[in-house]
This record gives sequence, structure tokens and C-alpha cells, in this order.
Amino acid sequence: MYGWEMLSFNIHDGFLEAIVRGNRSGLLTAADYNNLCQCENLDDVKMHLTATEYGPYLQNEPSPLHTTTIVEKCTLKLVDEYKHMMCQATEPLSTFLQYITYGHMIDNVVLIVTGTLHERDVNELLEKCHPLGMFDSIASLAVAQNMRELYRLVLVDTPLAPYFSECITSEDLDDMNIEIMRNTLYKAYLEDFYKFCEKLGGATAEIMCDLLSFEADRRAVNITINSIGTELTRDDRRKLYSNFGLLYPYGHEELAVCEDVDQVCLHLCS
Amino acid sequence: MSSDSSSWARALVQISPYTFSAIGIAVSIGVSVLGAAWGIFITGSSLIGAAIKAPRITSKNLISVIFCEAVAIYGVIVAIILQTKLESVPTALVHHPESLRAGYAIFASGLIVGFANLVCGVCVGIIGSSCALSDAQNSSLFVKILVIEIFGSALGLFGVIVGIIMSSQATWPAKA
Repeated sequence: MYGWEMLSFNIHDGFLEAIVRGNRSGLLTAADYNNLCQCENLDDVKMHLTATEYGPYLQNEPSPLHTTTIVEKCTLKLVDEYKHMMCQATEPLSTFLQYITYGHMIDNVVLIVTGTLHERDVNELLEKCHPLGMFDSIASLAVAQNMRELYRLVLVDTPLAPYFSECITSEDLDDMNIEIMRNTLYKAYLEDFYKFCEKLGGATAEIMCDLLSFEADRRAVNITINSIGTELTRDDRRKLYSNFGLLYPYGHEELAVCEDVDQVCLHLCS
Repeated sequence: MSSDSSSWARALVQISPYTFSAIGIAVSIGVSVLGAAWGIFITGSSLIGAAIKAPRITSKNLISVIFCEAVAIYGVIVAIILQTKLESVPTALVHHPESLRAGYAIFASGLIVGFANLVCGVCVGIIGSSCALSDAQNSSLFVKILVIEIFGSALGLFGVIVGIIMSSQATWPAKA
């Protein structure tokens, strides 16, 4: 029952809720951003950040700073805190937190595969991966030549395996295929996440379903705009849209036939 | 007394008033402590988490825990008052109407105090948890939420007052 949630909520999640709220107060405020805008060089940026929650992570960086170092260290803070929460979480919150990392995992897989296709160095690519989406055998993604190999060699052991069932083909990987793979994976992932949140019910379902619907709609518009002028057919495009969200199902039919950006705008406004 | 030998009314009357009294006393303290413990874990888990990023809130918010604790103390006090009402009467007078009334009075008084304190403890606990969370974000909110918490903890006192008045009804027949 929704109204009685507070009675038992704190048994599992009270501690983590308080931690999350604490982290929220550690976010940079508008005043912080104003200060950062005034900075003339990276050392000034570092000095301002030292006064915030990011301080301890940037403190020991030697002086010629690079923008990548700052980003890396600030991401590290997020990742550290996220991992801390994952360690503290119990079911079903731990599954929920796992679900959030799958999005990064998909991005990492796509990043590595695209990078290998363009003959980049794997180590260089690994540095660019988001640390939340790392899994053990990610480096061996580079050897795969087509989707089937990709799945059999690496991804079958990862949580992404069930999402792959839609897109196993023996075709060689190219930019278009990879982009389709990314969107098919995202579609399966979002639908799965949506179902999971619906199953949890209560406040989780209420808030997360709205957020995921927005994400699904955003991706639908994104796919439409990006696929304009490519050889993707209407049916293929239609297949990439997630089966939920505010645009589902009639909005998707309209988006699928759009030929240019103006038409997309027209359909979304009506 | 009901003439039907198998009716509920007869069964209730046959139960010794001492059984009712004992159950009343047990409920008054047991359920009060349940309420207090429930409140403390709701407050405590939020307080610990919130104190990681804002350590200044810990000592101030112990007040919330103490409010929950007070609920258990109400239960203890009423249980002690109730058990002083118990007197022994000769076996012949155990089912005397006055004895029965004393038994029911102590039973009802225990129920009132126990359940009033249960919901009071939960109420204070949830407000206390919100108090810790909001104090961590903005320290000026602490006093304002504390006022709400005081009103919440007054609910338990209502139960205690009614319980004590009710238990003063418990008189046993004079020894013959």
C-alpha cells in the first residue's frame, strides 16, 4: 500500500536515502558555477573545486593540469560514491542500481567496437570508457568481427546478454550496424528496466516510469532525426522505438514516416 | 450471566480478571516498546546516513531519538501503575462483578496505552527521520520540525492520561 510505505521503507533503504540526499547537497551550486566562469586558467578551476566536495580528489594533482584529468578525477568521485552505495544496497535496490550501469555498459561496448573498426588502440579506448560500465572481459571485445562473435566470445557472460537476442546477425560490423545494435540494445534495456520498475510499484514506479518514458521518447526522436537521409527503412526505424512512453504507439507511427526535421517538429507539436 | 453455557459472553466472564489484568499490563509495555523501537530505527537509519555528509546534525538530532525513547518510558510507567492496582482477593470473590470490572479496566487501560504509544512512536520516528534529512540540507529547519515532533509525541501522552484515569476505576472487592 502506497500510504504505508514509510513504515517499512527505512528497514532497507533509510540509510542509503540519507546518503543520497547528503550527496545531493554536495553538488555544485549556481554560485559555484559563477565562480568557475570567472576562472582564467585551470589552476583557478582547481582552486575553486578544492573548496567543494571534489576537493579531496583534485588535491594531489601536480600543477600542469589537463582538462581530462579534472574530468577523470571528478568522475572518479561519482564512481566511488556509486560503488559505495552498491555495496550497501540490498535487494531490490541493488538490482535497481545495477540496471543504471547497464546504460554505460552498452555505450562502452559500442565505443570499443566502433574504435576497433577505425583501428584505434584498445588501451586508448579503454581509458575513454565510462568506469561505471566496465566489466571483466571488455578488452577482448576488440577481436570480434561480427555480432555473433561479439555475443559468443564476450557478451554472453555479461548482464547484457538477454538484450542481445534481438540483434544477433552474422553480418560484418560497420558503422550503421553498430548504431542499429546500440539502439536495439537500448530498446531492450529500457523496456526491461521499465518492467522492473513497474514490478516494484509504489513511488519507484511512479517516478521511474515517467523518467524512462521520457528517455524512450527522447531516443525515438533521436533515432528519427539521425536516420533521416540514411538507408534505414521505415519498418527498421519503427523496430528501434521502445514499446512504451508517451509517444507509444501512435506517435511512433507518425515519427516513422517523417522525412525531414520539420515534419518531426510538426508531429511532436500536434 | 448468560444462561447458554456455550456462549462467548459466558466464556469471557469465566476468564479470570487476573488474566485480563496481566494481558493489559503486558500489552501496555510490550506494544509501547515496539512503537519506540520502530520509531528509533526509522529515525536512526536516516540520521546515520545523513550525518555522513553533515556531521554537525548528530548531537542535535539525538532529540528525535530521545522523543521515541520517551514513548517506551510512558509504557513502563503505566505498566508499573497498573501492576500496583493488582490485589489478591479470596477465591470466592474472583468472579465478583467488582473484580471483573477491575480486570477489564486494567486490560483496557493497557490496550489504550500500548496502541496509543505504538502509533505515537511511529509518528515521531517518521518525523524524526525527516527532521534529520532536512536539518542536513538546511539547519534553520530543525527547530520548525522539532515543533511538529513535539505535537506528535503529545499523542502518546493522551493515551497515558486516559489509561491512568481508566485504571483508577480498578477497585477490588474488600476482603470479607
